[in-house]
Amino acid sequence: MAAAVSHKKDPLIRIARRDSMPLWKSVLVRVIAVIASLLVAGIIIYLLTGASPLNVYKSMLQGAFGNNSANYSQKTWQTIRDTMMLLCIAVGLAPAFKMKFWNIGAEGQVLVGGIVTAACMIYFKDLPPVLLFIVMFLGSLLAGALWGLLPAVFKSKWNTNETLFTLMMNYVALQLTSFCVAKWENPVGSNKVGIINQGVENQQGWFPAIFGQDYLLNVILVMAVTVGMFFYLKYSKQGYEISVIGDSQNTARYAGINVNKVIIRTMLISGAVCGMAGFITVAGSSHTISTSTAGGKGFTAIIVAWLAKFNTFTMILIALLITVLDKGAIQVATEFNISKDMSNMITGIILFFIIGSEFFINYRLIFRKKEKEAA
Amino acid sequence: MDNNIAVSMRHITKAFGTKVVANKDVSMDIHRGEILALLGENGSGKTTLMNMLSGIYHQDSGQIFVDGQEVHITSPKDAYDLGIGMIHQHFKLVDVFTATENVALGMDKSAAKNNKEIAKGITEICEKYGFDVDPKKKVYNMTVSQKQTLEIVKTLYRGADILILDEPTAVLTPQETDKLFAVLRNMKADGKSIIIITHKLHEVLAISDRVSILRKGEYIGTVETKDATVQSLTEMMVGQKVELDIERPETENKELRLTISHLSCLDKYGVKALDDVSLEAYGGEILGIAGISGSGQKQLLEAIAGLQAAEDGGSIVYIDPETGKKEELIGKSVTQIKKMGVALSFVPEDRLGMGLVGSMGMTDNMMLRSYKKGHSIFADRKAPRELALKVKEELEVVTPGIQTPVRKLSGGNVQKVLVGREIAAEPTVLMAAYAVRGLDINTSYTIYHLLNEEKKKGTAVIYVGEDLDVLLALCDRIAVLCDGKLNGVVDGRTATKEEVGELMTNLKEKEATA
Repeated sequence: MAAAVSHKKDPLIRIARRDSMPLWKSVLVRVIAVIASLLVAGIIIYLLTGASPLNVYKSMLQGAFGNNSANYSQKTWQTIRDTMMLLCIAVGLAPAFKMKFWNIGAEGQVLVGGIVTAACMIYFKDLPPVLLFIVMFLGSLLAGALWGLLPAVFKSKWNTNETLFTLMMNYVALQLTSFCVAKWENPVGSNKVGIINQGVENQQGWFPAIFGQDYLLNVILVMAVTVGMFFYLKYSKQGYEISVIGDSQNTARYAGINVNKVIIRTMLISGAVCGMAGFITVAGSSHTISTSTAGGKGFTAIIVAWLAKFNTFTMILIALLITVLDKGAIQVATEFNISKDMSNMITGIILFFIIGSEFFINYRLIFRKKEKEAA
Repeated sequence: MDNNIAVSMRHITKAFGTKVVANKDVSMDIHRGEILALLGENGSGKTTLMNMLSGIYHQDSGQIFVDGQEVHITSPKDAYDLGIGMIHQHFKLVDVFTATENVALGMDKSAAKNNKEIAKGITEICEKYGFDVDPKKKVYNMTVSQKQTLEIVKTLYRGADILILDEPTAVLTPQETDKLFAVLRNMKADGKSIIIITHKLHEVLAISDRVSILRKGEYIGTVETKDATVQSLTEMMVGQKVELDIERPETENKELRLTISHLSCLDKYGVKALDDVSLEAYGGEILGIAGISGSGQKQLLEAIAGLQAAEDGGSIVYIDPETGKKEELIGKSVTQIKKMGVALSFVPEDRLGMGLVGSMGMTDNMMLRSYKKGHSIFADRKAPRELALKVKEELEVVTPGIQTPVRKLSGGNVQKVLVGREIAAEPTVLMAAYAVRGLDINTSYTIYHLLNEEKKKGTAVIYVGEDLDVLLALCDRIAVLCDGKLNGVVDGRTATKEEVGELMTNLKEKEATA
């Protein structure tokens, strides 16, 4: 019987868990991963299109940050604007995910926030600007919070599955947006809302430019939420409750935490911040509403939140990276006349390497030693 | 090589990460037709060593010989091909399958037979060794003991000559253990080699031929069971002389602290878990709760703690030792009970799943029960940090730092963190469920000592235990639960093990005599 396996050798590679890795080393692993992914992506680009990888990367950077002095500032600010939008949603998801409440309904929460903002811009344009702003801001928060509240109430009362519930709420929000687009159509027959309050003397409801920058207010609002959320999660009593529930609901009950109350409260916050992302997008950048206002960012933000391990400061970097990749991909596609799918591939390769690098941070490989006794 | 040796392990070393060496240069032999007990405290590397034999892990260095030939076991299938089978602590069975289907699962296609043939094979094995398995019964309808029997039959069916059992008696009642030992002896008579992993000394003495002892991953030695005593084995296992007597200080001024009357509770499936229980707990005594696992112990403690709803008609009255004021606890939440000034501490059975937050460090765990203090929206971490340092120092908690997630600590240290926090709250009632389960002997005695200290301070200690020897040595009174009913309260000083065992398993017919 023993002969059946005795010819076998020890396994070539074995995987063992690491205890821990110093911070600098784990950062180094991630940097290497990004470099490796650029190399691999470069080889693939070259093999498939014949274009020089260096030119492709240059074009990607130009796509994100501009290629001449004329559009340098404009492109960079657009990248910052889109980064802020993505960051805002990811920050909104952080408390829910930390509680292990899988809120994948950010897309819908952003949309309803956007709808309310657009509605205020259309119906309340005669209000004084400051008051209009407050109404828009609070309205979008409320709408997002409501979209987060429903799945939370059902979860706490009847233990429904929050993943499915939040996902389906996205479709409700999407249909609601379609309805509003049809209602607010301008010009009639275009099936678009058009730019709201454009050409009106003081563009009611538009974010004012600060120091001549159209998108600086976006940055200020999102950074305020990012910093606030960091301290809320890390140092507040409520943040502590969220962490306890995320680890074990049983422990939370033992500690006297009202689990249902915290779930509802946290989802109100999560939904409100996502709703605020809708406010910032509609009032601060697009000045219109359409079914693509959220544009899949509600899902991309999930990747941002997870890659940052729910640390809102790390999210700034990740959101920036993903936005730059996305912008660059579009530029590459037009400049080299290749399909946008190609650029999505590049993004995919880079993300694959970043996520894959986590494996090397948590595990190490042990190779078989040369067998001396066998000789 | 000696023909009597079935398996020989030579210089086996296995490390997890860089810090934890689970096995260090272990060499040992397993003879044919013997029962070998592998003895060691928790974390001494018993299970890891056997997992290498059964193909779950692979050694970092060292050799394994089966029937005198060197083998490389890289998967459980390799182990089965060599005739080695392991019965794990957590059963590897599919709940919705029948016994037969579970045996068929994972067999070679070449060996595929129809269910009838397999069922016949199962019956043959059962008759040969004295097992009792119904081939058509679904696993979810089986008791724990039946599942374990099925695991053994499954292993035998696949032709195992060397069986490894990982703590097989941990889940069994005394009677079921006797039955298991009987079949193990039959298997030994048939020439099988059996390795039984355990830390229960009296079982080692009852069943094994030889005992191999591991301590902190190292092989200490092997002795003939007939030459061993509880004391000699303990010393080999712990590495020093250990006083095995548990102290039971006498206290005066026992005062009534809790009056439980007519308490009934439902479990999560709506089945009555606790049925009309009336009981008192006194300050200055340790009240033991004995019973087969799942007899309502959990519900009793959680009802007192405000975590379990009670049926109408039940009552738990707390008598404040300072003021003598009486407070009803039923219907109150954990927070309300705390606000009433009832200093209740609770060391639950599930330490990391209920008592502590595994992903947090000691500091954040210290504040679990007190984080709400103060009006600030931010949590105070200064006092918890000081408490964490104090507990680490006083209870000698081994941890890289007070910020290290507690789930990375060993079981004994996890329990020290939990007990340390609960005692620091200066309780008037201290409840502890299975407080020494899985702990090494020294830590267990530390816990007994801490409970006794609380008793001396006048705290009402309620101790749910499973080891009758410990209950009888530690507790002043022992309340025995059977099937959710209180089947009797005995004096810990005079009661015998048999008496308590009888109360645990056979419900007194109260109704018949009443």
